[in-house]
Amino acid sequence: MMTSLRFALRSLSRDLKAGELTVLVVAIVLAVTSMTAIGFFTDRVARAVQAQAAETLAADLVIRSPAAIAEQNITAGMAAGLRTASVLDFPTVAIAGDTGKEGRSLALVTAVSSGYPLRGKVLISDEIFATSYASEDTPEPGTAWAEPGLMARLDADIGSVVQLGSAEFRLTRVLEFRPDQSFGFMSLAPTILVHIDDVPAMDVIKPGSRVTYRQLFAGTTEAIADFQRVLQQELGQEEQLRTFKDAGEQIVAAIDRAKRFLTLASLVTVILAAVATAMASRRYALRHLDTVALLKSMGATQSFVLRSTLIQLLLIVAGTAIVGTFMGFAAQGVLAELAARYTPFALPSASFNASSLGLVTATTIAIGFSLPHLLQLRTTPPLRVLRHDLAPPQLRTSLVYGVALLALIAMIWSIVQELKLLLLIVGGLLGMTVVMVLAGWLLVRGFTRFRGGGGIAWRYGLANISRRGRESVVQIVAFGLGLMVLLLLTVVRNDILQDWQQSLPEDAPNYFLLNIEPQDWDGIASLFATELGSAPDFLPLIRGRISAINGTAIDVYEFPNREGQRYVNREANLTWTATLPESNRVIAGEWWPEDYDGQLQVSLDERMARNLGISVGDSLDLMVGGEQITAPVTSLRLIEWDSLSPNFYLVFSPGEVRELPQTYLSSFYVAEEDRSVLKTLLQRYPELTLFDLEVTLKQVRDIIDKASLAIQYVFMFTLLAGVVVLLAAVQITRDERRFESAILHTLGARRRQILQGIAAEFIALGGLAGFLAALGASAIGYALAKYVFDLAYTIDPVLWLAGLFSGALIVGITGTLATRKAVNEPPVRVLRNG
Amino acid sequence: MSKETVLSTKGLGKQVSSPEGTLTILTEITLEICSGETVALVGPSGAGKTTLLALLAGLDNPTSGVVHLCGENLGSLDEDGRALVRGRNVGFVFQSFHLVPSLTALENVMLPLELASQSEAGERAKKALESVGLGSRTSHYPRQLSGGEKQRVAIARAFVTNPAVLFADEPTGNLDTASGERITELLFDMNKQSGTTLVLVTHDKNLAARCDRTIELEAGKLLA
Ligand SMILES: Nc1ncnc2c1ncn2[C@@H]1O[C@H](COP(=O)(O)OP(=O)(O)OP(=O)(O)O)[C@@H](O)[C@H]1O
Ligand SMILES: [Mg+2]
Repeated sequence: MMTSLRFALRSLSRDLKAGELTVLVVAIVLAVTSMTAIGFFTDRVARAVQAQAAETLAADLVIRSPAAIAEQNITAGMAAGLRTASVLDFPTVAIAGDTGKEGRSLALVTAVSSGYPLRGKVLISDEIFATSYASEDTPEPGTAWAEPGLMARLDADIGSVVQLGSAEFRLTRVLEFRPDQSFGFMSLAPTILVHIDDVPAMDVIKPGSRVTYRQLFAGTTEAIADFQRVLQQELGQEEQLRTFKDAGEQIVAAIDRAKRFLTLASLVTVILAAVATAMASRRYALRHLDTVALLKSMGATQSFVLRSTLIQLLLIVAGTAIVGTFMGFAAQGVLAELAARYTPFALPSASFNASSLGLVTATTIAIGFSLPHLLQLRTTPPLRVLRHDLAPPQLRTSLVYGVALLALIAMIWSIVQELKLLLLIVGGLLGMTVVMVLAGWLLVRGFTRFRGGGGIAWRYGLANISRRGRESVVQIVAFGLGLMVLLLLTVVRNDILQDWQQSLPEDAPNYFLLNIEPQDWDGIASLFATELGSAPDFLPLIRGRISAINGTAIDVYEFPNREGQRYVNREANLTWTATLPESNRVIAGEWWPEDYDGQLQVSLDERMARNLGISVGDSLDLMVGGEQITAPVTSLRLIEWDSLSPNFYLVFSPGEVRELPQTYLSSFYVAEEDRSVLKTLLQRYPELTLFDLEVTLKQVRDIIDKASLAIQYVFMFTLLAGVVVLLAAVQITRDERRFESAILHTLGARRRQILQGIAAEFIALGGLAGFLAALGASAIGYALAKYVFDLAYTIDPVLWLAGLFSGALIVGITGTLATRKAVNEPPVRVLRNG
Repeated sequence: MSKETVLSTKGLGKQVSSPEGTLTILTEITLEICSGETVALVGPSGAGKTTLLALLAGLDNPTSGVVHLCGENLGSLDEDGRALVRGRNVGFVFQSFHLVPSLTALENVMLPLELASQSEAGERAKKALESVGLGSRTSHYPRQLSGGEKQRVAIARAFVTNPAVLFADEPTGNLDTASGERITELLFDMNKQSGTTLVLVTHDKNLAARCDRTIELEAGKLLA
């Protein structure tokens, strides 16, 4: 054992020194670096995002209930070391309390205890539409902070008195933003923020009033997780838990997409590195057959060879894991630095959560892609020292590929953890490989026949392709994979990222206007036309509740999951329209024609349909303002929530729904300097509700910007991995070429001719590989855009030509350069068998 | 010099199956080689010399007959067992040298010592290199050495473990006359100094003439 250890150590250091292991080691280090960098970084981003998402709850965890929260749950939270605050939400009528003013309006009272919000900040200002700033405290008892909309309706100012129930409040601040002002249309009334101790004095909460109790909690991730586990059992019938996972659809969608980009980048890096590892290991094994035979002739046993091979591999795994993890850690530091420089969003410091990932990656790649080739060394016959052509018994192909495939699936699974995506990637890879092998084989066969035309160099090079057969096919596959990644990175990535950024242009709507009555359309439109130079669109908004699915009443309907129950617990916002909204895509069924005016149809959000257990062809009953409507589900839509345009789970066809009670909503962009038009608008139409989307917009833009940047950076690793694959592929035939060119030299060929022959061979291989790579890149780009990122992507045949030429050029140049040294070696030395 | 037998065969035969049917390479080889003896295996190309050498050294299995090497019946051992016998008793010199290209001359010579986990491998290897006249080339790689020099490194490597038997397959086959002679001298010096038995396959008349005994092989059979 000691002998093999010492021997393994020595030969490892000698092989490293001699450059025998360079490609292998670089490939594994690259995979580890990429995996850990992204692991470290996404861990940080995930925590940052969690923090941001927590802001939309104003807490890490919230218990919501229509009745008072059980006292033991609050004390349990405090016992777990969590901070907590109480909130009460209820609608009531606000009356301007000053003499001479008689404004009144429905308002949503949010009564909070001191400490609110636990996450995020309340933004306030000292005057309507003045610059806002973050508040450090909550309203004092007896005072209130009101949204501008409410102040306009009450014709109130800072210092005015507002009456809520039996209590009077002095307005001390304008409430510009609450972190938990739930995006959506839950509250149709403007908010007024007061202290929770003032609630009894108002005397408005009676049995049966619409009140929501919220208990907010915040603390360390572990404490929250523990508390959540405890709560799961203790939670009362009506109490609901909400965590950052329930944050707004928009932010969740943007984060999800960002994660997919990063994940994919690291995945591609790892796959490429694995391919390079396999090629390098095969070459290493082939080059070491002679050495192993020699060792055996000198007395080395099979188990000695096995032990020292395993020890060497183990050392390589340990070394690459350590080096790669450190590099990954450094790389994520740069990544975070970049992210911090361009965006105001702070990342929590790196944790070592991801460090085991490095070892796992190195081990998986080594076992899956290196070990089978190295194990073969053990069975090298010692007789090879006398009969050079004797090779170890061939490994069973099914074993080699089976092990590699298993390792690949394990790695992909650990990264994507989604069956559909796993199948898509593995299927795509296998498909691409099969196509490349077939095409490569055809090329090899084709050149067997091809003899005429071209100069001697060209003829010689092309003949070589068919002569090398198997090696040529392997090279085409490797070049193809490498080039495909390069193309995906340069061309397709730009398209996809651009699409993503353009999904939220500068002038994306930043305000929603609700409660618009049809008779106000003209007035609002002309106000906008004169002040902003553009008129908004009006979308109908109907509020209703799902009452039955396929004729089964909701109370007895069996939902596929708890999520489904949630959709029907609240009133839904519906609309009707003839045309499919831009940020929607029909994925099942069919959208009604533009001029449709027949029997009522409904189109559902795809996820909602899944959670309700509904598919195309089912029927839905809804109660709208006391009337029942029934409609068949004729299509399911995928909604791009992060587009931030008004979106609806339920959309009806035009027709009888026109007669239902409805108001209209509009979304539009108002530049900072034009905000005064909003004040005029609210004064002129006090019943309107205005939603400020700026904050959410900024959050989503932030995520997109940061993610795009991170992706560009992470793709650098992928690019490197692509280059390593190219190098590994060039190396496959290097020894052979070295020997050949020496022979050609001795036969009188000039160096130039030999180089030209080699160049011709690489150009042909590269051209074909490039063309196949471009086909693959567009197919993958298309599939990614469509199935993974929900973006539009058009296939561009120009890319195929670009692939052909860039492949011929890149492979031609790198291949020729990499073999040039071998060609330039004096033939005597080569033939003397060094 | 004692006259005990270090290497003997009885009824040794080797057949291989080929597309054209079974091919007999060696038939009924029976011979005995004493300790310290120098033996030349000669015969025309294709006679089976290399095949016989491989069987004698336990690199290959015979189809029939037995080989005793340094008191061990090779046929009763598995591949690993034969490897251990070789490790303890055997050295090799090949026609095409078989130096490990990624190792320096010194490291190549150290290899068998390291395999047998012997101490002071570096010192002993250096001495061995000095004794073949390459003391100043220790850190050179095989590609930096001439053919004759490479073969001298190979000889140093073969003798560094003090083997009982040294097998060589055309050790001078790839060398010019002068280098060949130098190699021949070295081999016989080693034989004198350490009593190593030499079994040499060769086409080289001079080399064969210097051996105590010549065994002639033709078409797989021993010529009396
Ligand atoms: N594995 C094998 N399969 C088929 N034929 C073989 C095999 N090994 C050896 N032979 C044949 O056996 C015969 C003897 O081979 P061997 O190499 O022993 O000859 P040799 O005497 O060493 O010749 P040379 O002087 O040319 O080296 C040859 O005809 C060879 O082709
Ligand atoms: Mg021979």
